[in-house]
Amino acid sequence: MVQYANPPLDLSFAALSDATRRGIIDQLGQADASITSLADKFQMTLTGMKKHVQVLERAGLVITQKVGRVRTCKLGTRSLEAEAEWIEAHRRLFEARFEALDEIISEMKQEESDESAR
Amino acid sequence: MNQQGNSAGGAQNRTSVERRGDRELVVTRTFNAPPSTVYRAWSQPELFQRWWVPKSVSGVSLVSCDMDVRTGGKYRLEFGAGGSDTMAFYGKYLEVVPNERIVWTNDEGEEGAITTVTFEDRGGKTVLNFHEVYPSKEALEEALQGSAAGLPEQLEQLDELLSSMGE
Repeated sequence: MVQYANPPLDLSFAALSDATRRGIIDQLGQADASITSLADKFQMTLTGMKKHVQVLERAGLVITQKVGRVRTCKLGTRSLEAEAEWIEAHRRLFEARFEALDEIISEMKQEESDESAR
Repeated sequence: MNQQGNSAGGAQNRTSVERRGDRELVVTRTFNAPPSTVYRAWSQPELFQRWWVPKSVSGVSLVSCDMDVRTGGKYRLEFGAGGSDTMAFYGKYLEVVPNERIVWTNDEGEEGAITTVTFEDRGGKTVLNFHEVYPSKEALEEALQGSAAGLPEQLEQLDELLSSMGE
C-alpha cells in the first residue's frame, strides 16, 4: 500500500469546496503554472491567488516550488499513481458506504419482521 | 481495520471496484436482503442520507438532501465542513424502475458521468451493481486527476469512523 501524507479531512474538503480552487485544480491538471499566470487566468490579485494556492497546498492537493522569483504550482498527485489511487479511493468510499448500508438494511429487516409478527 | 463482518447477518460481502475500458467504473457488492429492501434504503432520502455520507467525519456532513426518485425527478445533495462553504452535487433521474434500477446524471461538473445502479435478486439476496459511464476518456481522466489527490486520506478516515460506529 502506498503511504499518504495525511492532511485532515476538513482541510481537503474545505480546499475543494471553493469554485475557484476547483478551477485551479482543473487548470493544473492540464499544465503546471506560475502563481502570476493563475492570477491572470482567474482575474485575481496576486495576493488573492497566493491565498487560494496556500489552502490547496496545506491540503496536499497542490505542490509549489520556487525557482528564482517564480513560484510554480503543480498537482500534488503523482499521475502514474493517480488511477490506482482513484480506484482505491472509490473502493474505500463504497466499502464505507456499504458497511453503513448493511447496518440500515438489518434494521429494516428487523422492523419488517417485527411488523409481520404483530 | 475492517473486521466486523458479523453485524449485518454473518457473511462477509466484498466490494469490488474496477475500471472497464476507457470510460467506465463498475462497483459490485452483495447485500443480505431482497432488492425491495435495498432499493428502499437507496430511494428514501431519510434512509439514503444515513449511509451515503457517514456522519460527523471530521465535521463533514450532509447539509441537505433532496431526492425526487422518479423518472425525470431531480436530486441535490449539499455537504458542509462546518463553515459557510458548501459543496453541492446534483442532477436528474433519467430512469427509475422501482426495485430494479435507478439511472441519474451528475451535473455539477461539465462532463459528468451517467450513473446506473441495478438491484438483482439472487435467491433473496441482492447483487448491487453501481456503474459510472463518463462521456469521454478525457472526462474520466479528468475526474481521476481531480479527485485522486484528496480522496484516499479522507476515505481512510471514513473507514476508521465506520469501524468505530459498528461497535
